[in-house]
Amino acid sequence: MGVNLPRLVGARVVRREDPRLLTGQGSYVDDHRPARMLYAAFLRSPHAHAHIARIDTSAALALPGVAAVLLGEDIARAAKPVRAESKTPSVKTTSFPPLALGMVRHVGEAVAMVAAESRYLAEDAVERIVVDYEPLPVVRNTDEALDPASPVLHEEAGTNLLVAREFARGDVDTALAGAALVVRERFRFHRHTPVCMENRGCLADYATGTQTLTLRSSAQCPGLVRDILTDLLGMPEHQVRVVATDVGGGFGAKASLYPEEIATSVMARRLGRPVKWIGDRREDLLSTTHAWDETVEAELGVSRDGTIVGLRAQVTADIGAYSIYPWTAAIEPVQTISFLPGPYRMPTYRGRARGVATNKAPLGPYRGVGRPPAVFVIEGLMDRAARRLGIDPTEIRLRNFIRDEDFPYKSPSGIVWDKSSFTGSLVRAREALDYEATREAQARARTAGRWLGIGVASYVELTGIGSAIPVSPGMPVSTGTEAATIRFDPAGKVTAVFGVASHGQGLETTLAQIVADEVGVPIEDVRVLHGDTEVSPYGTGTYASRSLVLAGGAAILAGRAIREKMLLIAGHLLEADPADITVADGRYAVRGMPDRSVAVRQISRAAYSGVRQLPKGLEPGLEATKFYDPYYGTASNATHMAVVEVDRATCEVKTLRYVVVEDCGRMVNPLIVDGQVHGGVAQGIGAALLEEIVYDDHGQLLSGTLMDYVVPSACEIPPMEVHHLETPSPVTLGGFRGMGEGGTIGAPAAIANAIADALAPLGIEMAELPVSPERLFRLIGTRAEGKA
Amino acid sequence: MADIVTVRMTVNGVVHEGRCEPRKLLVDFIREDLGLTGTHVGCEHGICGACTIMFNGEAARSCIMLAVQADGAELVTVEGLMRDGKLHPLQEAFRDHHGLQCGFCTPGMLMTALDLLRTNPSPSEREIREGISAVLCRCTGYQGIVNAVRAAAPILASER
Repeated sequence: MGVNLPRLVGARVVRREDPRLLTGQGSYVDDHRPARMLYAAFLRSPHAHAHIARIDTSAALALPGVAAVLLGEDIARAAKPVRAESKTPSVKTTSFPPLALGMVRHVGEAVAMVAAESRYLAEDAVERIVVDYEPLPVVRNTDEALDPASPVLHEEAGTNLLVAREFARGDVDTALAGAALVVRERFRFHRHTPVCMENRGCLADYATGTQTLTLRSSAQCPGLVRDILTDLLGMPEHQVRVVATDVGGGFGAKASLYPEEIATSVMARRLGRPVKWIGDRREDLLSTTHAWDETVEAELGVSRDGTIVGLRAQVTADIGAYSIYPWTAAIEPVQTISFLPGPYRMPTYRGRARGVATNKAPLGPYRGVGRPPAVFVIEGLMDRAARRLGIDPTEIRLRNFIRDEDFPYKSPSGIVWDKSSFTGSLVRAREALDYEATREAQARARTAGRWLGIGVASYVELTGIGSAIPVSPGMPVSTGTEAATIRFDPAGKVTAVFGVASHGQGLETTLAQIVADEVGVPIEDVRVLHGDTEVSPYGTGTYASRSLVLAGGAAILAGRAIREKMLLIAGHLLEADPADITVADGRYAVRGMPDRSVAVRQISRAAYSGVRQLPKGLEPGLEATKFYDPYYGTASNATHMAVVEVDRATCEVKTLRYVVVEDCGRMVNPLIVDGQVHGGVAQGIGAALLEEIVYDDHGQLLSGTLMDYVVPSACEIPPMEVHHLETPSPVTLGGFRGMGEGGTIGAPAAIANAIADALAPLGIEMAELPVSPERLFRLIGTRAEGKA
Repeated sequence: MADIVTVRMTVNGVVHEGRCEPRKLLVDFIREDLGLTGTHVGCEHGICGACTIMFNGEAARSCIMLAVQADGAELVTVEGLMRDGKLHPLQEAFRDHHGLQCGFCTPGMLMTALDLLRTNPSPSEREIREGISAVLCRCTGYQGIVNAVRAAAPILASER
């Protein structure tokens, strides 16, 4: 079939969503204010662990303008409890009540909800609610949680050990016993929080006339939220609509179902009025899911030439107070053991993961999920082995990468890597940095007494996951497909509707590029709709670096179906064989006879014009819906290189250069790929140097403002040099590989390794992140005196 | 509740009068009472900068000001940047250089960058980074924003 080569896929197309976002015409949840709307506010627990003896709401209800106050029992009567089930028997299922039911398990847990005529009034009312708490001993960390003398957070589980899982290959104990060198470390990656610039919020509206619930939410996954709300509220699926038009960042934090979404829906249904809740930053830091908080004890065995013989690791994650829906408490620790072997040939492996409940906010998915700690660990161990053996850190990686002849390679955790450019990305990064020259500059700097270091981190990530594997280990909810509906109107313009939901990724642009190429129209003629379950075909949303792969694949399939029909119609109109029709510049022409052509709009007009315009027997209309399932998914990889300097006086770490070579397969829009890398790296640098959620011994959040939780500003982020390899995925339509998370996966390890390299003359290793100036000062301590 | 007060301010060249509680935040007044939802609320404690507007010609955070403090003031919000139905050169540069992703910090970032270019028409990269450090962006890693501000600087300077 004669279709010209793609024109838009691969081009740096400026974004279609920008004009509205640049002019203040976005459509975020808080921008909506339907008539009769009430404002909600939540009373949140000041205690980390307590029984609730009594709640008195009378003073709140007496306040003029207060419509209602809901408590846990009210919600329990109107909605089933949220339970994140797992297919893995060693992952315990526990309930997460939207409002506390007799017990609070972390500071910031929602206890009561007020709806009032203004947000100000609602907060006044919250202050008038009186709660008698009976404080319980606080389970402060995983060691305490595993102590049999400690309280058990969830009686139904009978233990605080909610997750236990193991992956193994071969006899790692024997391999390590016989290894020429074993390097060991106890790594600690502290608690992190995503900090979307838009706080979470939602707006529920229940129409009694049609018995339909519309929930606008700052959700990444409107489809997932719709499915679970349907179940929890006992409503038919076609009467629940979830809308997430513009969302101010997600990064995984908005991928889970949240208590407020349920409570707000219940409130709106009960009152028959729209109810809006917009979280403030304090609520965000207290109650949006946190990330990481893992301790990893790991040992890597290598032969004398640096060849890996085995890896043994135990991961313990502080999963906080609740297992979140739908990903479960297993998501972080089990992902970490899944990806610890990295892009390396790993003959023997044993990774054990534990997820332990404590009195902190729940852990949830965040950009990279489990892999930033995994890469920090394996890349840290590779550097330790290289230093001990006197091998260059890039060389030891090259000796161990899965090689071209090894693909497809099955990792010890069962993931199959398709043909990837692990070696290619490192070699290219070395060139981009001018590695040898940088090493020489480092040597000169050292002579001059400066602490300069070069850090390398290579990783591979599983992206675009299809139906054969759960996105979160053990999760029973299927997320392996997405669909596209492409519809021509009679005037030749295209509406393309997707179940994914863009919240900064620019999918309105990239998916339009794919659609435009497939059906042969300019991008201006394609409008992409997303993030609205009422208009889209079935889908779940945007998370896990899946949207371009799954929705892009569906767009290709639907586009092809439409194009085939257009060729039939064009052949009929031109009295030519459809096989002889070519498509270019918005016209379908007979091959070699450009004057015998029809415009796209003539074809679309014909499609809706009945019997005379259409080939005999052809169904009228020009519209197609196709589902795509990539089955296993694919892989993206990258090598990051960082050059840092540690200030001898202040222990401040300055990132002098940052190079990324990434391979996300065939690129749809390099402008957007670059942007994803930049943003991901910035979050990774924040995680490595600045950002830490801190609780005190009473379970009180000490980092409860943006003064205390330090998000990097433009001054802390270096200019980045991003390079691309394009190895088309052999297993996805279009050859795309997902790439939304990678920057955050590689950066913490690259920065940590660069600091360790800078301080190598002092014999200091990086085992704890984030490495604040204070931590670095304590590490360096007296060792610096009289040394390099 | 407290007495209701009348406030009058010029926003994007139009005089507005409204009645609100004395405790009402300026950003809430702008968003709710004036319906100008382009200005965003990100932290309500003056750190993230998403709510930044022009207040009597200077960038200011509207989340830590009260509406009554703006009585008689002249404000510009992101809705006031377009000229003759076209994007402002700075908005154009943000689009060309992928200076926004989710768009939530963007209104505050635009106002802050405008203030920077007003006081320093040809800033160095370091000066741009310092100038925009009053606004947090979680999506772009600031690279697209820095590039956009650098590209817009000579265009704005030539218009002065």
